[in-house]
Amino acid sequence: MKETVIKISLCMVALISVAVLFAVVGYIFLKGIQVISLDFLLKSPNYTALEKGGIFPHIIGSLCLLAVCLLFAVPLGIASGIYLAEYATENILTKSVRFFVECLAGIPSIVIGLFGLIFLVYYLGFGPCMLSGGLALGFMILPWTVRASEEALKAVPRSYREASLALGVSKWQTIRGVVLKSAYPGIITGILLGAGKAIGEAAVILLTIGGLVTYLPHSLLDDVGALPVYIYTILTVVPASRDVAESHAFGASLVLIMMFLMISVFALSLRNRYIKRMSGSRG
Amino acid sequence: MSALEHVRGLKLKFGRLDRAKEGIIEKLLFIAAISSILLVFFIIAFMLKESIPALALGWNFIFGMTWCPGHEQFGIFPIVVSTFVVGTGALAIAAAIGIPTAIFLAEFSPRWLRNIIKPCVEMLVGIPSIVLGFFGLMVLVPFIRDSLGGYGECILAGWIILAIMTLPHVISISEDSIRAVPEGYKEASLALGATQLQTIRRVLLPNARSGILASLILGMGNAIGETMAVLMVIGNPEIPWIPSSILEPVRVLTSTIVLEYSYMEWGSMHQHALFAIGVVLFVIVAIFNLVTTVAIKGRFGATAAIKGVIGGNR
Repeated sequence: MKETVIKISLCMVALISVAVLFAVVGYIFLKGIQVISLDFLLKSPNYTALEKGGIFPHIIGSLCLLAVCLLFAVPLGIASGIYLAEYATENILTKSVRFFVECLAGIPSIVIGLFGLIFLVYYLGFGPCMLSGGLALGFMILPWTVRASEEALKAVPRSYREASLALGVSKWQTIRGVVLKSAYPGIITGILLGAGKAIGEAAVILLTIGGLVTYLPHSLLDDVGALPVYIYTILTVVPASRDVAESHAFGASLVLIMMFLMISVFALSLRNRYIKRMSGSRG
Repeated sequence: MSALEHVRGLKLKFGRLDRAKEGIIEKLLFIAAISSILLVFFIIAFMLKESIPALALGWNFIFGMTWCPGHEQFGIFPIVVSTFVVGTGALAIAAAIGIPTAIFLAEFSPRWLRNIIKPCVEMLVGIPSIVLGFFGLMVLVPFIRDSLGGYGECILAGWIILAIMTLPHVISISEDSIRAVPEGYKEASLALGATQLQTIRRVLLPNARSGILASLILGMGNAIGETMAVLMVIGNPEIPWIPSSILEPVRVLTSTIVLEYSYMEWGSMHQHALFAIGVVLFVIVAIFNLVTTVAIKGRFGATAAIKGVIGGNR
């Protein structure tokens, strides 16, 4: 009897997380769907009369920032992962690489933002722009891409490599043709999870882009908008009536959540398929 | 020269080229691998360089009671205290919900229910923090204002929002460490006639203790480093003070940076002080992360830690 009561109460507590998720997403969805229209999605913002504008440059800006971020973090992360998993012997150097990757993962995003502000915006003189924001985001997700690649590469069975090497194929060709080919779903999943985090991140880009744009960026050094920064600025900086600012924030939040959900559902389905395949090949 | 020798020569030549190419590739990969180290050093160097004038204020900076950039007063003690108050409370809530959830998922949950709860927890970690903060501002703050009084934007609101953000980490690492307890321990206890609940309390939890503790410390580090969500709901008074009730508005380290970076004068003490806050934040979070790593490694080896961290997305 006592056991059942405790079991049921544990179950209730466990369902709190589910309830919270549905409450947040459901509330934002219900409020946001009232605001979203083609005009809202495809028009440029109008900061003097917020209700007349849309969020188009900010959607595109978020995607541009994500692209720059991935262009920086993915090649570097995969290369580091390959080195750590395939070439490095266990020594002080690889241990310190792993340690510093952990360090980087632990740095609060606002500190990365400050670093981006001083290093990219001022020291390198990029100014607040797409390049600064994208690179700063890249610094933030680099540890994910490194860890995801290393883990995925290490999960590839040793026999694959041995078979390829025994056929006289060189080490790099083995890695490129055999190991990476079987590890790529794992790597992509890790990268997508990082991308999901990057697209919702506000603190890093708030400090490294200007954000109050009405146009689309034409080059890397142009200022861009981003959805998280838009939500923050219309609620705090831009003078607008509270109701309009809130309704726009709901609309932008919904778009942001949708983008995030699409990325992570894709990532999770990829991971499940990958896990199934790996366990299938073992069993 | 016979045709055979010609082919052999070609092979040798290509072999040498290949070897050179392989060497270059290895060097390039090596450079990529150490870039993370360089990046961390760059971050530390630039942050320190910008903050030294403020850190040189010494105790007046860390233990100074007044933060008032307009009057050149840069004491962050009330902000540090508020940061820990907000972080600890959030963690207590996250632990109270997260640990029972982890026990349920690891021991009782039928498969189908776990397949619902687990993805939801993973999704929760990814809700953009600005969206969660906005939700807090629109729902939680008015609710607290109407039912408990005060401004609504207060420590309690910060606790709840931050608890939602740390909950997924606490759940996934705690669950992993409960599952990491060897099956034999459990079976031995059950075979001796202990009930399932007794086994959980006397065998599983004590053995998983260090992992659960680690998840809490890691959660604390996350909570303290979190910016946007907490910024939207804690009120951020102009001049911070040490709070005496959970319904008072406070300022934390991260929110101070975001609120003031836009009007700081470049090169002024105000700018140095904001970067110094960044350094303090960095150091606090680094200590928490280091303790976590040590705690987990001591018990389960590195793999559990890495799995937990990747599974929980940081």
